Amino acid sequence: MSVLSLTNRKKVLQKRKLTFAESIYLPAIFSGLMITIRHFFRRKSTVQYPEVKKPFSKVFRGRHILKRDEQGRENCTACGLCAVACPAEAITIVAAERKKGEEHLYREEKYAAVYEINMLRCIFCGLCEEACPKDAIYLTEETAPASYSRKDFIFGKDKLVQPLGTSAHPKTFKPYVKDNKPYQYKNPVNTKI
Amino acid sequence: MKVTIDGHTIDVEPGTTILNAARMIGGEIVPPAMCYYSKLKDSGGKCRTCLVEVTKGSEKDPRPMPKLVASCRTTVMDGMEVKNITSERVLEARKGVVEFLLINHPLDCPICDQAGECHLQDLAYEHGTAKTRYEEERRTFDQIDIGDKIKLHMTRCIMCFRCVFTADQITDKRVHGVLYRGDAAEIGTYIEKAIDNDFSGNMIDVCPVGALTDKTFRFKSRVWFVKPMNASRDCDKCCGKAVVWMYGNEIYRVTARKDKYDEVVDFICNTCRFDKKQVSDWNIEGPAEINRHSVISANKYKKGIKVTAPKVLGYGNNVD
Repeated sequence: MSVLSLTNRKKVLQKRKLTFAESIYLPAIFSGLMITIRHFFRRKSTVQYPEVKKPFSKVFRGRHILKRDEQGRENCTACGLCAVACPAEAITIVAAERKKGEEHLYREEKYAAVYEINMLRCIFCGLCEEACPKDAIYLTEETAPASYSRKDFIFGKDKLVQPLGTSAHPKTFKPYVKDNKPYQYKNPVNTKI
Repeated sequence: MKVTIDGHTIDVEPGTTILNAARMIGGEIVPPAMCYYSKLKDSGGKCRTCLVEVTKGSEKDPRPMPKLVASCRTTVMDGMEVKNITSERVLEARKGVVEFLLINHPLDCPICDQAGECHLQDLAYEHGTAKTRYEEERRTFDQIDIGDKIKLHMTRCIMCFRCVFTADQITDKRVHGVLYRGDAAEIGTYIEKAIDNDFSGNMIDVCPVGALTDKTFRFKSRVWFVKPMNASRDCDKCCGKAVVWMYGNEIYRVTARKDKYDEVVDFICNTCRFDKKQVSDWNIEGPAEINRHSVISANKYKKGIKVTAPKVLGYGNNVD
């Protein structure tokens, strides 16, 4: 019976009688232990996670942030382009009109009264960031936190809007850089990504 | 009369304009029009987006016309030959026209309720350049309240006069018009008198940009999140045939039905447009047809939206 082979790489297993050296198993055990011992002196490929963190790639896309401008006003104007660009349909927006006296809170006449991202649906593709005409939504370097219940993954404006007085740089929450230079990424230290 | 537009020849009645002859042929050779509206008498001739090149005046006088002509206002002559998209001059001129139309336009599409169904957006996308060269201040106006149903954003207006013609011809008493001249021209109501005619809401539908928008729909949703459904009701004032834009089981806004040139088929009254927002008010017939290239069709392939597409290709879901 001929079996169709796709790769010609398969090996046919043949049972043969073991030699004496093989049947006492000790040489095999020692050579196995040698491999283990050799790895003690090699560079480790893991890190002690909560204490040590690997730097992310520059293009890493983590949880979202809704930016404020230099005057602390929200950039988002609820145009809905992120929601229509979202392939996972994770974004829900309800718009509202800015009232008199709220000019310091919202940059434009219209703002997002509700802005929700379902983090269980989100695939972190970054299309919302790409679609945004107002520079409002960015995917930061933080990962979305874990939680026990599903409703905790619906991120509202309380979790998304950039806290007042934090960085103007899109990707991080880091404080303002004084000499007005954009935030420079540090070189990754001794770990490869 | 025989007229040839971009190589397509058609026989038309004397007195037909080049634009209408092109619309009879159909397809991509139809010049865009921002101010011309087939349902409104005397409209057209203002925006200059429908400029075409006449390469042969007529059979009798075959000389070409020296300048580009507005196709919505120029009637055909026997044996006339017209170039629209095949003419470099026309495309170049149209690019210039779009640039001029956008000079004073605020480009606030993210806020504007018209975004997604705006003719100026389509026109600029197709014929305009990606960047503006204009550096000066854009013109601004004081906000004028023209009533509780219609919102006027004068900065977005392109002075097409469609709304004025609508008010003149559809409603029985026009209370708004164009004030001032030239650069300072603006639509307004005399002494800010509110527009409260029964058919005044149609100005919203004929407005090619977001200058006149529905206040009852203002900032409620974006047009691509709502589903257009053909609906009708018994109305003693108008035909009662409209499109209701639904979000789930809610009617967010009501507009008139439009044809493929986005012109209103039957004008509807203000009661239908602004006051009947309950599903029980309407007999919903089915999804309205929308172009599959329109953003309104985005994410709606399987949600009961009829998407027009060539049947041979098998796209869309236009099951008859």
